[in-house]
Amino acid sequence: MIRITAAALLLATSGAAWAETHTIQPGEGAQERLQEALILAEPGDEIVLAAGRYALTDGLSVDVDGVTLRGAGMGPGEAGSILDFTAQAGAGEGLLVTSDNVTLRDFAVENAKGDGIKSKGADNIVYHAIRVEWTGGPKATNGAYGIYPVEASNVLVQDSYVRGASDAGIYVGQSENIVVRRNRVVENVAGIEIENSNNAEVTENLATRNTGGILVFDLPGLPRVGGGDVLIANNAVIDNNTDNFAPEGNIVASVPAGTGIMVMANTGVQIIDNALINNATSHVILIAYSQPYTDERYQPVPQDVFIGDNIFGSGGYAPDFAGGAELLKATGLDALPAILTDGLHRNVTSSKARRAMTLGLASVGQPRTEGMPDFIELAAAPAITTRKQMPTAAKALEARIK
Amino acid sequence: MRRSALVLAAAACAFGGAIAARSAAPPTVNDAAIAGEAMPRSLSEFGFFADAGGRVPTDGLIEYALNTPLYSDGADKLRYVYVPDGLSVVSDGDGLLQFPVGSAIVKTFAFGTSADQRFIETRVLLHRADGWVALPYRWNEDQTQATLALAGARLPITRPDGVEVNYRIPNKNECKTCHSKDGEVIPIGPKVRNLSPQFLVALRERGALATIPAADRAMPVWGDRAGNPDTASLARGYLDVNCAHCHQPGGMASNSGLDLRWEQDDPHAIGILKPPVAAGRGAGGHRVSIAPGDPDASIMVHRMSSTEPGIAMPELSRSTNDEEGIAIVRKWIAGMQR
Repeated sequence: MIRITAAALLLATSGAAWAETHTIQPGEGAQERLQEALILAEPGDEIVLAAGRYALTDGLSVDVDGVTLRGAGMGPGEAGSILDFTAQAGAGEGLLVTSDNVTLRDFAVENAKGDGIKSKGADNIVYHAIRVEWTGGPKATNGAYGIYPVEASNVLVQDSYVRGASDAGIYVGQSENIVVRRNRVVENVAGIEIENSNNAEVTENLATRNTGGILVFDLPGLPRVGGGDVLIANNAVIDNNTDNFAPEGNIVASVPAGTGIMVMANTGVQIIDNALINNATSHVILIAYSQPYTDERYQPVPQDVFIGDNIFGSGGYAPDFAGGAELLKATGLDALPAILTDGLHRNVTSSKARRAMTLGLASVGQPRTEGMPDFIELAAAPAITTRKQMPTAAKALEARIK
Repeated sequence: MRRSALVLAAAACAFGGAIAARSAAPPTVNDAAIAGEAMPRSLSEFGFFADAGGRVPTDGLIEYALNTPLYSDGADKLRYVYVPDGLSVVSDGDGLLQFPVGSAIVKTFAFGTSADQRFIETRVLLHRADGWVALPYRWNEDQTQATLALAGARLPITRPDGVEVNYRIPNKNECKTCHSKDGEVIPIGPKVRNLSPQFLVALRERGALATIPAADRAMPVWGDRAGNPDTASLARGYLDVNCAHCHQPGGMASNSGLDLRWEQDDPHAIGILKPPVAAGRGAGGHRVSIAPGDPDASIMVHRMSSTEPGIAMPELSRSTNDEEGIAIVRKWIAGMQR
């Protein structure tokens, strides 16, 4: 108890005067030496990973509040600090964080057998300049999530790089107050996924060569449901046409290759000033959750969605879903409009009157084959010019990165 | 100050044998080591055992057994509870016993029988003023000392039945991964519904338990499963003990929405027709945790039947499959109405 109070004081005062720095070198016994340092750290301490490759056999974990784990860089060269889990024999992730006010920065996690870095119930967490990579590229045998904060308040993920995740590169689940910015997500099934979360800003990211660039989902039956208030702005979402390599059974396994941004069952999503280029199925997909559910709290359709002035490049020329090719042919066009909906959305507006494609479903759960596809006009709502208020508590965490 | 302590210690060493022989006072548990703030380097500092090898429990330790135990690569377990003199355990229905501060739970993991029995590690849970602390101690080759293994260890072990085990001694944080609810370390095993009645009687006889609580829905005795026709009860007991420490609200896997506690009776919560959330390749191409009537299409069976990290469940504590556990869960799912 006394220790916790000391930690709070320490975090409150900017100069962590009593904090200590412990430097770990790669090489023999790295697993035990590094894990022991993480266990024995006091709140406010910094564990420094000297440059080099750390061969690890088991998951690592941080359970002390206010710890910083800092490397010499994300690599990929040996000048960086690389936690190499290629020979991992146990645990569900490479690194697990379960304490608050933790900062992870300037290192890499390679070839974790499960998720790359998971933080659970870890409030006020910063991921800065982290690389999580499955070096063999897209494979169904890769771990699910690269950077994986879940059940947290105040999450900042920035300047990081994730490649090869068989679910989502950066996945934020069941959390609130989230900033995901300036990251590069490449060759994952989903580049970035915000799921069952509220008050999230996804800005200035590059999502390319994923199956789907940026997903905003809400699923039933979880402790936290009712996701919404998400801003997706100023992202480059380019060429997300990688074949879906997610293991079947996972919700992202249903995402068509060629998806730019997909919104499923959320309330209050703004899609503004993004550059969406060469996403072959559709740049923006709005869709209801179509599986049976019994969760009375759950609202299955996307609603209150605003699509602002985005740059829509080529796209929609090869829709990768059942009946997609026939649909395109029937329109007589070379490509579908930039926005595709299943028809179940509520209150979707645009910065100007804009044509979209609907699959024409009339009820949630109805088979897609029963839909009556058509063009629709999205109503112009030029009055919506202000962006959603940003999660300032998450943004304030940037002060830790000097 | 420190020097004089050292001198005294040296003197005690020199005369130790003589003193022990003369007084023959029974060894006692070191309450200060349990309640203090330090992490003792050696298990012997706690005084839980009268001998260096940890075979003879000190008077004050009460052995206990569980109806249905956790599978830990087939290791045998020797379990003890210590409650300080004059203090009492409080029962809260048929759930977890509430141990007073100063209590300890001690569990030794071993392979082999009688003369061939080898201790691998002893895990201790210490109830201190600011909460429970979990620490792992690793036995040496000579079986004469167990030392703190904060960072855990991996040990190749050949089981008596010839099976090769890549045994994992959990690190301190991994202890907490399972022993955690709402971020706090807690005991898992000693729930009234899963405790042997003999232990509760012993606890009362020591004066550490006022009345023996009723276990209305006692969990089945796993060792008697061959004669138990209630497969659902066996399977649910097994899942509670092996999975529910994470898969429950407030547990490490709470975000999955899967709740495998014994008392949970919502079919969706225990996985029936429940789609995965963050299973990744753990889903193995299957769509739901439990597909009624079809164990081969159930993610639960798939993950229990794998030893590969990222797929295997539980994530910790095993490098081999528990074939007996898998068989019961398969039988339970197969018997469900499709």
